[in-house]
Amino acid sequence: MSFLRLHDVCAGYGQADILRGVSLELEAGTVTCVIGPNGAGKSTVLRVLSGLLKPRVGTVEFAGDPVGGLSPAVLLRKGIVHVPQERSLFPLMTIWDNLLMGGHSLRDGALARRRAGEIAERFPLIEERRHERAGTLSGGQQKLIEIARALMLDPRLILLDEPTMGLDAKARHAVFETVKSLNEGGRTILLVEQNARLGLSVSHVGAVMDMGVVRLVDEASKLLGDPRVAALYLGGNPDTRANGGAARAQG
Amino acid sequence: MTAIRPFGLVRGLVIVGALAAFPFVFNEHWLVNIGVFTLMYAALATAWNMFAGYSGYISLGHVAFFGIGAYTVANTFSVSSPLRGSAYSFTSHAFMSIGSGYRPFYVLPLVGLAVALLSVPIGWVALRTRAITFAIVTLTLLFVFQNLAFNLRGVTNGSSGLSVPTPNFPVETYERPFYFAMLGVLVLGLLLSWHIGRNKLGLMLFAIREDEEKARGLGVRTTGVKLVTFALSAGLTAMAGGVWAYYLTYIYPQFAVDPLVMIGSVVPVFLGGRGTLWGPVLGALILVPAQQYMAYRLGASELYLVGYAAVFVVILLVLPRGILPSLGDAYERWRYRGARVTVQPEEVPAA
Repeated sequence: MSFLRLHDVCAGYGQADILRGVSLELEAGTVTCVIGPNGAGKSTVLRVLSGLLKPRVGTVEFAGDPVGGLSPAVLLRKGIVHVPQERSLFPLMTIWDNLLMGGHSLRDGALARRRAGEIAERFPLIEERRHERAGTLSGGQQKLIEIARALMLDPRLILLDEPTMGLDAKARHAVFETVKSLNEGGRTILLVEQNARLGLSVSHVGAVMDMGVVRLVDEASKLLGDPRVAALYLGGNPDTRANGGAARAQG
Repeated sequence: MTAIRPFGLVRGLVIVGALAAFPFVFNEHWLVNIGVFTLMYAALATAWNMFAGYSGYISLGHVAFFGIGAYTVANTFSVSSPLRGSAYSFTSHAFMSIGSGYRPFYVLPLVGLAVALLSVPIGWVALRTRAITFAIVTLTLLFVFQNLAFNLRGVTNGSSGLSVPTPNFPVETYERPFYFAMLGVLVLGLLLSWHIGRNKLGLMLFAIREDEEKARGLGVRTTGVKLVTFALSAGLTAMAGGVWAYYLTYIYPQFAVDPLVMIGSVVPVFLGGRGTLWGPVLGALILVPAQQYMAYRLGASELYLVGYAAVFVVILLVLPRGILPSLGDAYERWRYRGARVTVQPEEVPAA
């Protein structure tokens, strides 16, 4: 049984569906990278999984339980955290308080502080600058703190939406090293990435999305060398789409 | 969420100790009277800051709860309470006698609790709006309650006012019990503010103040968080109103729900520093004695209002964040004077 399973999910804003029958399966402990052109519905998949958007039809199962349409708070408790694309730290609050905000739903304050301490050990940046305002950090540093904050609830599935957007090469490297180290700690990660080559290079599985459906799922290393990926990623042509839609690979 | 700092504890004890010693050091009636009003505004400002300063929601209707607290205490102890029959029949008994004179102080926590509960549905409706709309909705609340106070004669006795029995406190130290009751409300407000500020509730409020949508994105139940703080703040405000009614012994609608009291609870917060623990107290300690002194010197003219407006303009121009945050910034600059900014490479976290 797969850890996360989306089957034929349709969802969107207003009358228009962005997702038009998305099916995707994730195995526990893997990093899966979703790539595809702008408007393909990559971020919308993450919004459905984190409860920010309710699926109109289709099923979402997490660890065997149906979770489609549950609220973000419930999904957080179940262990799904979402690190959104845009900067989501509170720039006037200290780095330490930003970290604690990730654990606001924990009833046990001592547990929250202990976890924050453990996370700070892992991210030296937090330890060094804990009393400084988050707004004083660079974009790359802020993204690292956002990922660190997501760890406060000890999540089982981390949804990362374009974590390297707007970052320079060095900061991108730092972010992906963090993704790798989190995965080595046993966490399942679903990554949405514009920089397909970089995203696939840290992932086990790649999924190519286009026009609101998953066209292709394969091992990330194979996708990196697949000519159809380049075609789809650039928008593709109808023939490739038809073939891609039929292609089903094991995750 | 920080540990209790010894310096903070000592500072708190010294300030409260100094305030408690004041009526023993200066026992002239007029000085202790100024003290009572200073503490009242310090308590009102602290209560207002707990909600508005921490959450960023500017409530201009808090004085409605001050009035409700005042009328609750007045109706409980007044022998002429219209709730007990004819407003002009002084033969009827009060709901409760003032006993030795201290009993109204003992019921204050109950008044605070009751008004806090009453404020929940009001806050729930008002908090469906944000920012400037919230300020206007709450300002409307002020005038609605003032009108109610004028017109619900069966409860407030309308514009004829409502009397509260005068206690038999010793003449030489008559103001002292009121002074300490106000100090008690202030200390309660400070303890609550301090507790909220170093706990999860404070963290969530600060997040809401900065960006409510981001806070919701993190799963914060923003309405609940705001509502709890609104109710606590309203309850404290009502307790101050209760002491005020008993101190004045006669209350009228235009003074019990008074925009000037509202301004008097907001300006000290802006002067001292919004969202800080001691800012509202500092602001009240500066403004209220100055205002009361001016009222003594200039008679009953309302020139002090011009002073208030001037102070507000000066705050906005010179200290937009208030005294305490500005001092904090200056201290930081002094500490790091001449220090070179070193750029550290971004760390890659170890596995």
